Amino acid sequence: MDTQSYMPVPPGVGMEENFFSLDDILLSHERLPCRTDTAFPKLGFLEKSSETHDIPEGTKMEMPLWLAKGLYERKRHVISVDLPKVYREGWRTVFGADANVVDLHKMGPYYYGLGSQMLHFENAENPEIAQSILQTFIGRFRRTMDSSQNAYNEDTSALLERLDFLERALFRSGQNGLNAFQLWERGRASQLTASNLVTNYRKRKITELQS
Amino acid sequence: MFCEKAVELVRELHRMSDGQLPAFNEDGIRQVLEEMKALYEQNQSDVNEAKTEGKTELIPTVKFRHCCLLRNQRCIAAYLYDRLLRIRALRWEYGSVLPTTIRFHMCAEELEWFNQYKKSLATYMRSLGGEEGLDITQDMKPPKSLYIEVRCLKDHGEFEIDDGTVILLKKNSQHFLPRWKCEQLIRQGVLEHVIS
Repeated sequence: MDTQSYMPVPPGVGMEENFFSLDDILLSHERLPCRTDTAFPKLGFLEKSSETHDIPEGTKMEMPLWLAKGLYERKRHVISVDLPKVYREGWRTVFGADANVVDLHKMGPYYYGLGSQMLHFENAENPEIAQSILQTFIGRFRRTMDSSQNAYNEDTSALLERLDFLERALFRSGQNGLNAFQLWERGRASQLTASNLVTNYRKRKITELQS
Repeated sequence: MFCEKAVELVRELHRMSDGQLPAFNEDGIRQVLEEMKALYEQNQSDVNEAKTEGKTELIPTVKFRHCCLLRNQRCIAAYLYDRLLRIRALRWEYGSVLPTTIRFHMCAEELEWFNQYKKSLATYMRSLGGEEGLDITQDMKPPKSLYIEVRCLKDHGEFEIDDGTVILLKKNSQHFLPRWKCEQLIRQGVLEHVIS
């Protein structure tokens, strides 16, 4: 594999978010079911279903994670955050039974990331959620790793389909390792190659010319 | 909802995850800045109202808008920073002269930054390895021999090597050249490294 000089800011690990990471910004854009515990005057226009001037106390609305994190306070009741259904007990039982059969891309696609972020909000079920996320990851990791190490020169889209974003990143690094190893085995590791960036630019130019 | 435009900027970069540089979205940035200005002004007047008339019920709204301001700030900072990372990578992949199509995708400040980066890198490389300096963008993979076999993938015109000989790089012609001379051309896809 070619050495890449563009290295994006990596996403944060666990409960931490990385300020400059594009992945984390998109993760924190995921919406959570919330309920307001206080009124927000003058902001009624954000709620499309109502025509009031204010957002009254007790309104159920969806808020992106970043806003919920900003408004949430342990002591004062500004908003309360509900669990999205994939982290509730019903789904936790499903993950507990066999994590491998679940389509985490459809359920997530930031299942692990969002799950870790949910721990910021005080919730009685937090320990169970953390445990469930960890067990799900452990249960699925073996399969992700195996398939990334054994699919050489194959169409991987079917394998990737059901993976969460974190698992996709792991799958990709596994594939990079596999490809680099195969190159080395064939004595091609020292071959100089065109930069990926340049070839991709050229591909795009050709398609632009054709259209 | 607020901050949708700002996330759109981030998405735009995220879609091109291989490091290509999309055109600088001046319009998008301007729209986000306008939204921020409006949020700030509304907050300012509400804070004054809360202070002078003692309307404490306005405080959650002020906080709400403040979160949106911070969010917009984060998105723009990340957008600009990620673009700089991409521009820096271009120096390593393309060399110091960029194709015009890519230069058109940068704003004036980014071009300025690129030139400064180029200068810093050149100064650093001159300071290394004794009198002549050391080009650290060369030999990204450890070299096995000084000369390598290359094939031209397209017409590139005349090319002068160390000893003064001029060779013509014509499509499909094959040459035996000093490695350090062609590494950049290989990276740019003009030459192909042939291993027999």
